[in-house]
Amino acid sequence: MTEVGSARRRKEDARLITGRTQWTDNIQLPGMLYVAYLRSPMAHARIVRVDTGPARREPGVVAAFSGRDFAQEQGSLPCAWPVSEDVVIPDHPPMAVHEVRYVGEAVACVVATDRYKAADALAAIEIEYEELPAVLDMAEALTDTAPKVHEAGNRAFTWRFGNGDIDAAFRDAPVVVDRTYVQQRLIPSAMEPRAVVAATDGDAFTLYSATQIPHILRVMLALTTGIPEHRLRVIAPDVGGGFGSKLQVTAEEVLALLLARRLGRPVKWTESRSEGNMTVHHGRDQLQRISVAAERDGRLRGIKVDLLADMGAYLMLVTPGIPLLGAFMYNGIYKMDAYDFGCTGVFTTKMPTDAYRGAGRPEATYALERVMDELAAEVGLDPLELRRRNWIRHEEFPYTTIANLTYDSGNYEAATERATTLFGYDKLRAEQADRRERRDPVQLGIGVSTYTEMCGLAPSRVLGSLSYGAGGWEHASVRMLPTGKVEVVTGSSPHGQGHVTAWSQIVADALGVPFEDVSVMHGDTAVSPRGMDTYGSRSLAVGGVAVLQACDKVKEKARQVAAHLLEASPEDLEFAEGSFRVRGTGAGRSIQEIALAVFAAHDLPDGFEPALDADATFDPENFSYPHGTHLCAIEVDTETGQSRIRSYVAVDDVGKVVNPLIVEGQVHGGLAQGIAQALFEEAVYDADGNLLTTTMADYLMPTAADLPDFVTDRTETPATSNPLGVKGVGEAGTIASTPAVVNAIVDALRPHGVHDVRMPCTPERIWRTLAGVRGGAA
Amino acid sequence: MPRITVTVDGVTYEEEVEPRLLLVHLLRDRLGRTGTPIGCDTTNCGACTVMLDGRSAKSCSVLAVQADGCDVLTIEGLAADGRLHPLQTAFHEEHALQCGYCTPGMIMAALDLLKEDPDPSEEAVREGLEGNLCRCTGYCNIVRAVRRGAQAMSGREVSAS
Amino acid sequence: MIPAAFDYVRPESLAEACEALADAGEDAKVLAGGQSLLPLLRLRLSFPSTLVDVGRLTELHDIRDGGDHVFIGAGATHYDVVRSPLVNAACPLVALAAATVADPAVRHRGTFGGALAHADPAGDLPAVAVALDCVFTARSANGEREIPAAEFFVDYLEPALAPDEILTGIRVPKLGPGWGYHYEKFHRTAQSWAIVGVAAAVRRSNGVVEEARIGLTNMGPTPLRARGVEDALRGAGIHPAAPDDGGADPIRDACGEAAAGSSPPSDLHAQPDYRRHLARALTHRAVRAAARA
Repeated sequence: MTEVGSARRRKEDARLITGRTQWTDNIQLPGMLYVAYLRSPMAHARIVRVDTGPARREPGVVAAFSGRDFAQEQGSLPCAWPVSEDVVIPDHPPMAVHEVRYVGEAVACVVATDRYKAADALAAIEIEYEELPAVLDMAEALTDTAPKVHEAGNRAFTWRFGNGDIDAAFRDAPVVVDRTYVQQRLIPSAMEPRAVVAATDGDAFTLYSATQIPHILRVMLALTTGIPEHRLRVIAPDVGGGFGSKLQVTAEEVLALLLARRLGRPVKWTESRSEGNMTVHHGRDQLQRISVAAERDGRLRGIKVDLLADMGAYLMLVTPGIPLLGAFMYNGIYKMDAYDFGCTGVFTTKMPTDAYRGAGRPEATYALERVMDELAAEVGLDPLELRRRNWIRHEEFPYTTIANLTYDSGNYEAATERATTLFGYDKLRAEQADRRERRDPVQLGIGVSTYTEMCGLAPSRVLGSLSYGAGGWEHASVRMLPTGKVEVVTGSSPHGQGHVTAWSQIVADALGVPFEDVSVMHGDTAVSPRGMDTYGSRSLAVGGVAVLQACDKVKEKARQVAAHLLEASPEDLEFAEGSFRVRGTGAGRSIQEIALAVFAAHDLPDGFEPALDADATFDPENFSYPHGTHLCAIEVDTETGQSRIRSYVAVDDVGKVVNPLIVEGQVHGGLAQGIAQALFEEAVYDADGNLLTTTMADYLMPTAADLPDFVTDRTETPATSNPLGVKGVGEAGTIASTPAVVNAIVDALRPHGVHDVRMPCTPERIWRTLAGVRGGAA
Repeated sequence: MPRITVTVDGVTYEEEVEPRLLLVHLLRDRLGRTGTPIGCDTTNCGACTVMLDGRSAKSCSVLAVQADGCDVLTIEGLAADGRLHPLQTAFHEEHALQCGYCTPGMIMAALDLLKEDPDPSEEAVREGLEGNLCRCTGYCNIVRAVRRGAQAMSGREVSAS
Repeated sequence: MIPAAFDYVRPESLAEACEALADAGEDAKVLAGGQSLLPLLRLRLSFPSTLVDVGRLTELHDIRDGGDHVFIGAGATHYDVVRSPLVNAACPLVALAAATVADPAVRHRGTFGGALAHADPAGDLPAVAVALDCVFTARSANGEREIPAAEFFVDYLEPALAPDEILTGIRVPKLGPGWGYHYEKFHRTAQSWAIVGVAAAVRRSNGVVEEARIGLTNMGPTPLRARGVEDALRGAGIHPAAPDDGGADPIRDACGEAAAGSSPPSDLHAQPDYRRHLARALTHRAVRAAARA
C-alpha cells in the first residue's frame, strides 16, 4: 500500500478523544506553587510605587514580587527580527519596572500554594500610577506633537522595496484605482489558554509551555535569563492550537524560570481567557493604501502599496517582520511592470502584534484581491476575466515575479476552472442578475479570490537577507530499532496539525515498513535537540522533507548491509516493499532483518558502525507557493445588514498531498478563521486604551451555526523545490477566504453604490454603509 | 467547609470543598480528572462540558457544592470496558479534531444532542453545538462526525434489542 | 476565572431559604442555576457575601396549569420550559423565546426565574414577560407578594425584588385561541446576546390584526412594551395591497413606531440608531411571522 496520499486516520486522536491528554495545565509536580499576575489597568502610566508586602501576608502566599525585584535579572523580551537599519527595539522587561505601555502588562506577581489563593492575594498589592497619555491611532502617533510611547518616538521602522519603474507605470495610466483598507486587529484565540510550568533541581531547569516553538524558545530563554542552554530543557506537551499566537517568547515564560530559580520550587501559571485576550499577542492591525495602474482592458501596469503597521507597545519575537512577509505578495499571481512597497511600523499603547495565521500574507492578499475587484468594476469586466488577463499562465512557470520571487509551479487556470464548475458560477451570476432586477431586499453577492502565498518559510539565506534572526532549516532523525520498528524524531513541533500521522506515512513508504511500526517524537528539547519548530506552513515542506531525507540515508546504510549479507554489489540491489532483492535472483533481506543484523553486529561490512539510523537537515532553496481559487456566495439582507454565506467553494493547489484528510481539515479551519476576520472578529480598544473585547462574549468567534458546509477540492501541481513536491497548507484557507467573503458582500451591494465595507462586515457596518451611500440618515 | 459526595465516571468521591470551588477545578485539581479542559471564563467555549446527572453542563459554571450528590460523566468515563463510544470513533474517523482541546466538550455536547434528537439534520447539529467553540476544524468534520455517530448509535441500539 | 470567597447555605425549604436570605444581609445573593451569576463571580464583577442555594427546592420547579394562566416555578430550567407540553400549548411564546436563551448546556442549568430576576434587558425572557403581562410572585420571611411585569424591571440588572425576597414563580396568562406568536432574535453569532429582540403575539381574524402584544429586548435599560405599535396594529390588514393598488402595508406602517420611547444602549455590537432601525424592521418581521403562525 502506498501510504503517501492515503487518508489515514490520525494516530494522535486516541488520547485526545479519551481525555488522556497532557496539556501544560494538567502537569502537577511535588511542591508546586501557583503564580498570578497583577496587570496594568492603564494603557500608559508611570509606576510611582509598588508594595507587594501586604500580599505576602495573605493566606497561602509564599512570595510576591514587582518588576523592581527582578530588574537586574529579567532582561528584555527578545525581538529576533530587526528588519531595518533604523529599527527601534525598545527595552521590554517581562514585568514592568518604571512604565506600563498597554492594558494588561504585568506589573507584579503573587506566588501561592494554590491558584485560588494566588488570585485572592493580587488585591492586596498596593500600586500607584501616574497616568500618561495613551497613543492609539497610528496616523496621529506619527505626528510631531503626538505623545511618545517610547522616548525614541513612535516610529518603529521604515522599510521599502521596489522593482521596475513605478512612476512610469502610473504616469498616463488609463485607469488608476486607489483604495485604503483597514486590517483590523485580531485575537488569535487558540482554544487552549497559555500555560507554563517551570521546575529546577538547582542549576538545571525544565520548562513546560504551551508553545509552538520549544527549540527557538530554549535558545531565546537561555539568552534572556542567562541559564546556560545545556542546563535548560523545554517541553511542549500537548498544545491546544497556536495559529501563531504561541510563536512567542513571553513574559510569563521568562518569569516562570526566574521564579523557580528564586524560590527553588516548581511554579505554574495558567492564564484565564480574559487575561489572555489582553496579553496574548494580537494579529493584523494595518492600514493599507494600495494603488493600481492598469490599461483600459484591465491589464496591470503597476501596484503601489503603503502600509502603516501597528506594532503595539513593544517589538516582540517577530513583530516588525510580519508586514514584511507580505511585502513580496501584493502582486499575487499577476504580471505587471512595476511594484513599489513601503511600510512604517508604529508604536501604540496596545498589546504588541505578531504572527497570526498567515502573518502578513493574508493582509497582502486581502488588499490585492479587493482592489482587483474594484478594478474589474472600473473597467467593466467580470472579476474572473480580469484575473485571467493578468495571471501568470501555466506554461510560463517557473516565473520570476515583479517582487523578485520565483514561483516554481502553478496552474491557476485549472484551479479556477474546477472552482467555477463546483460553484455553479454562471448560474449564481444569473440568480444575482434576477435579484437585482427584482430589487429583492436580499441581494446575492459573489466573491472571488485567486490567491497565492509564499510559504514553507525556510530558505535560511533568504531569511538572513531579510535580517531574520534565525535560519529556516529543519531537522529529523530516523532510527530503526532491533525489532524493525522505527523511531522518528522531528524538529517540527506540532499543536494539532497531525505531524505524527503524516510523518509515519512518509516513513512507511520510504522504508517499506508498516504505518503502525513508526513512532514519532517531538516537542521536547531533550528528545529532539535540534529544530526550528512549526509556523508559516513549513512543517511538511521543510520538516517532512528532512524526515524523507533521513529515511533515504537509513536506506542507503541498510543497502550496504543487505549487499554484504547477500554477497552482492549494492548497485545490484533493488528496494521494494521493505526488502532489498538482488536483481534477477530474487534473493533478498527485509529491512527488519537488516535492522536485527545491525543490532547483532556479528556480520557487518568492514568499518560499518552498528547503527541503522541517520540525521538529516533540510534547508530548501526556495519558498513554496500554494495557490487556489476560492468562490463565495453571500446573501445580504439590505434591510438589516445581516449577511449569510450561502455557499463556499475552495479549490486549492498545495502540491502533492501526503494525507488528504489532514489537508482538508487544514483548509476547513483556515477558511473559518479567514471568514471570521471578514464577518465577526475585531479586538476593540476604547478611547482610553482599554481593551473592550476581553471575553469570548465580546470577541465573537463563529460557532458551527454561523458557518456553512465548505466545498473543497484540489488540483495538484507538484512543487519543484522539494523532493516530496509538497507546498504547505496551514495558512492557505485563511489567506484566501477573507477577500472572497468581503468581495462577495461588496459585489452584492455594488448596484447600491457601495465600494467597500470595513471589516468585520457586521450587520451594522453593512447597514450604515448602505445608509451612507443612499444619503439617508444613518 | 461543605462536605460533598460526587460520583465521577463511576467512582464516588467525598470531598471537603470551599463553596467557591468550581466543579471543573474539583475535577482537574482535586480528583486528577484532567481530561476536561478549561477554555474560557464566560461559559462561551464549552470545552469543559460534562454530563451532570445525564444532561450536558459547563463544568466551569457549576460550583462543586451544586454537584453534591450528582453523577458526573466526563470524556474519561465515556469509553466503556476499553471500547470507544461510537461518537469517539466517529470523531476519529471523520477527522473531527485537530488540536483536540475542544474535543471533550464537543463530544459531550454531541452526546446530549443525540439524546434529544437521535437523527439530527446538518442544521440541527450546527445549532445544537452552538455552545461549543472550535478554532481548528471549521466545524465541517465535527458536524459529519456527530451525524456518523448518530447512525452508529442507532445501529447499535437496533442490534441490541 | 476564580471567584472570590463567599459563604454558602443550602436551605431545605423555601421558608428556610427566606430566613437564610434575611439573615445573610444585603450582600447575599440567591443562587439557582448559576448560569448568569457564575460568570460574574469568575470575572470578579460580583462579590456576594453569601449564596443562598435554592437550586434543589423542588417546590420551585413546578410548571402547572392555573386555569387562566400557566404558573412556571422560578426554579424550572429553560430546558424544562422549552419541553413542557403545557407551556407549548398554552403560552408558546415563552417556549419560543426560552429556546433561544444561550445554548443547550446553559439551558439545562439556567432557570426561568433566575434569568428574569437577573433583569438583563438583553436577555430573551424579560421582553416576553412584559409583552404577556406576566405576574411575578416573590416570597420573603414577611410573606408573599405579586409584582406585575410592568413593574418588575426597575432598571438595568435591577428587579423589583427586595434583598430578602426570592422570586418563586411567574404567572403567564393564557391568551386563548386565535393568537399567533413569534420571537425574533437578531444577533451576530449563534451564541451571542441579542442586539435587538422582538417578542410578538398577534390575534388575527378575517385578515386583520385584532390585537397585538409586542415586547422589545435590549432597547433600553429594561425590556420595553411597544404599545404604540400595538395600538396602530389594531385593525391593520395582514396582507399588503398589490403594488398596482398603491402597495399600502398597514402592518409595516404600524411597526414604524417600534422604537418610539426607547433608549437603546450603545455598545460594541451596535449603536442606538441602528438598534432603533432594527426594532422597526424586526417588529415588522415578528408581527408578520406571528400573524402567519
